[in-house]
Amino acid sequence: MADFEIPALKEYPVIPPVKVGTMAHSKPFVAKPEHQAGVGYPGELVDNWEEKAVTRLGELVKGSRALQVFLDSCVKCGACTDKCHYYLGTSDPKNMPVARQDLLRKVYRRHYTFAGKLFGALGMPGLVGAADMTKEVLDDWYSYFHQCSQCRRCSVFCPYGIDTAEISMAAREVMDSVGLGQKYCNEILGKVHKIGNNLGLPEPALVDTLEGLEEDVKDDTGVDVRFPVDQKGADVLLVTPSADFFAEPHIDGLIGYAKVFHQAGISWTLSSYASEAANFSMFIGSGDNLKSTAMRIRQAALDLGVKRIVVGECGHAWRVAYSFWNTLIGPFDFLDPKYPVPQHICEVTYDLLQRGALKIDKEANDHRRITFHDSCNVSRASRMGNIPGGQFIIPREIIKSVANHYFDMPANTIHESTYCCGGGGGLLTDDLMELRIKGALPRMEALQQVVEENDVNYLCAICAICKSQFTKVLPYYKFPMDMIGSLHQLVSTAIQLK
Amino acid sequence: MSALTITYAILFYAATAILVIGVGRKIFIYARTPAPLKIPTTPAPLTKTGVVWRMLKEVTVFESLFKSNKWIWIFGWLFHAALFLVLFRHIRYFTEPVWTLVALAQPFGKYAAFGMLAGLGGLWARRILVDRVRYISSASDHFILILLLAIAASGVVMKFIPAAHTDIIALKAFFLGLMYFDLQPLPGDPVLLIHLALVAALMIIFPISKLLHAPGVFFSPTRNQVDNAREHRHVAGWTAAETPGKP
Ligand code: HEM
Ligand code: HEM
Ligand code: SF4
Ligand code: SF4
Repeated sequence: MADFEIPALKEYPVIPPVKVGTMAHSKPFVAKPEHQAGVGYPGELVDNWEEKAVTRLGELVKGSRALQVFLDSCVKCGACTDKCHYYLGTSDPKNMPVARQDLLRKVYRRHYTFAGKLFGALGMPGLVGAADMTKEVLDDWYSYFHQCSQCRRCSVFCPYGIDTAEISMAAREVMDSVGLGQKYCNEILGKVHKIGNNLGLPEPALVDTLEGLEEDVKDDTGVDVRFPVDQKGADVLLVTPSADFFAEPHIDGLIGYAKVFHQAGISWTLSSYASEAANFSMFIGSGDNLKSTAMRIRQAALDLGVKRIVVGECGHAWRVAYSFWNTLIGPFDFLDPKYPVPQHICEVTYDLLQRGALKIDKEANDHRRITFHDSCNVSRASRMGNIPGGQFIIPREIIKSVANHYFDMPANTIHESTYCCGGGGGLLTDDLMELRIKGALPRMEALQQVVEENDVNYLCAICAICKSQFTKVLPYYKFPMDMIGSLHQLVSTAIQLK
Repeated sequence: MSALTITYAILFYAATAILVIGVGRKIFIYARTPAPLKIPTTPAPLTKTGVVWRMLKEVTVFESLFKSNKWIWIFGWLFHAALFLVLFRHIRYFTEPVWTLVALAQPFGKYAAFGMLAGLGGLWARRILVDRVRYISSASDHFILILLLAIAASGVVMKFIPAAHTDIIALKAFFLGLMYFDLQPLPGDPVLLIHLALVAALMIIFPISKLLHAPGVFFSPTRNQVDNAREHRHVAGWTAAETPGKP
């Protein structure tokens, strides 16, 4: 097991007292030159990096109203200090959102504000919260901007909506641009650019996996449910996180989507060229990579001649798709205007359920007592359906239409107040295990409550990262690992194909 | 004209110029800086009207702060509401005749000063007593609170301690004189001079400090964007630089 203490689950969550420096040692592996090259950044820390980092920061602020306003406006009121799961789980004050922002803000203030320049020249920049860009500052950046899952919980509670995720993204972009990148994200992005998905799964392997799935489903149900790839002229292009192709429990979700399409008679296809919904470019704040990665999907849709694009269960991918695609790779005037672009698989299933197009046996899920984990990026950075908050209603309505036992976790831990799983934002890597376990604490405490009160045994999520993260951390908190499952696994269980 | 009057006249001309130009420049920068991507914190309104309503709730009742932390909300809201009333009451020094509404607010408005003191006191107490807030506070955070407390305290002394009363008629003549470039003598009461010097300091630091939150809140993309990314193609800044080719 681990060489650090697993936090104890308390009956009532408490705000821990500040313990300086407890997570200063937490740092993900640094990207090697070849990983950096794959995403277009210098291979190692460049000469004059201090100056170049400051310059890059200035460019970013100039190009982003969010950064400009957020860096000026924080009044240090403290409202966000107890809102981050990483602070609650680690007690390290630099994991308080405002303190995390200040790591970058102090450099901005030193170089781009009058007060910072004046007091800097007098040798007392600290009086106005300013500081020079030094090696210590860079080390702090690397450590603590990789302790932010960019979940936006802080932005919900800040009186000005200051979103620490934006600041983390900017900090990572600055670090990348001077040659200090994070291995996990940059290596994976390189694979997407080269091969088409995060796993580096080439086309033949993908086709193979999907054929295997067809056989499995046939054995299970006796029905020929297809998992088509590169089918020209299909109606729907399904873009889903590549974890859905082979990881547990993700794969049962993919089976669920296929069964839904099958029963509704919707022709669909995956693309081997764009076999990945994930777009880690958002995590590293890289506009160029964000756009080029997304562009693969537009290209695939055009090449295959589809009418609709549907996105599978993935949190940050849905944010990129819902909020950014139209901007980055739109307009989508070559698709069927009757459907929103993109559409979430949950929107598709929900509509079909509403229309009675799916045959459901709710009792098939009676052995399951279900709760739903709202994923950050779905909850606070996107929407489903046509009313605000549809992203909370639709998944729950689907669950309630396919299962009989549903229970919500406490109100301050769901919907827009949801706690991150602890592994989002490009932190889902084994070299950050301690952080991931500690950051899961608030979610685990909420889960504990419904386990005790309602005997919940199924933690349902619609995000590939959440699913992988929970599979890893649930056992540390003495919950069974297989408690976590896809929403479409529930649909898959209940749907009656014959 | 006495040296005192001339000094304060210059001080207030300078402070006003710094405040107006400084804040105006920042507002111009905020307005001009592009928001390349849609990033409203959802659930967010689907229409412009909805956004106006959301913003109105943020600036009048501090809605997000209310959800966030009741103590900060109570002290913070009390301070800002009282500040608003105090400033509203102060309009009488700069208008002749005094607007009816300002005149009507005088009798009860004068107690707002105590709301300001209480709110500021509470916020400062949190800054010192709560370990998390203490950790994030720098000298300038304490300084601004002390400055505001000192302004309010000196005001209260003038208003409620008879020995420290100042000659309001003469003071008003001085400020009207400043506005119409016709200099009039400023009363030399020490408490008044302290009050005015501190106010000038506040005006000067406004555009270079976190007090920029006042204009900033209106430009915050997470609060002022409409949630319509799928329906309306949004481009700005680097995302407007080039658009993908049509099929
Ligand atoms: C549009 C107008 C304004 C809005 C919406 C606004 C809103 C807020 C909010 C929500 C806070 C955080 C909570 C708190 O600590 O009170 C705050 C803090 C603060 N505001 Fe304002 N404010 C406005 C104008 C002003 C003005 C004109 C001043 C001063 C002259 C001011 C001075 C302060 C100070 C000093 C703080 C920090 C208090 C502390 O240290 O905790 N605000 N404001
Ligand atoms: C040029 C601007 C200002 C002038 C000429 C001015 C002048 C005065 C005067 C003459 C009084 C005494 C009132 C009386 O005895 O009836 C007073 C009171 C007061 N002032 Fe100011 N002041 C100014 C700006 C401010 C500002 C910016 C604040 C707050 C941040 C403030 C806060 C107060 C308070 C709290 C009182 C006591 C209660 C009241 O009379 O409302 N003043 N001010
Ligand atoms: S809630 Fe917002 S304004 Fe208050 S300290 Fe946090 S980031 Fe700053
Ligand atoms: S975005 Fe999430 S992880 Fe990052 S500081 Fe805010 S609450 Fe913490």
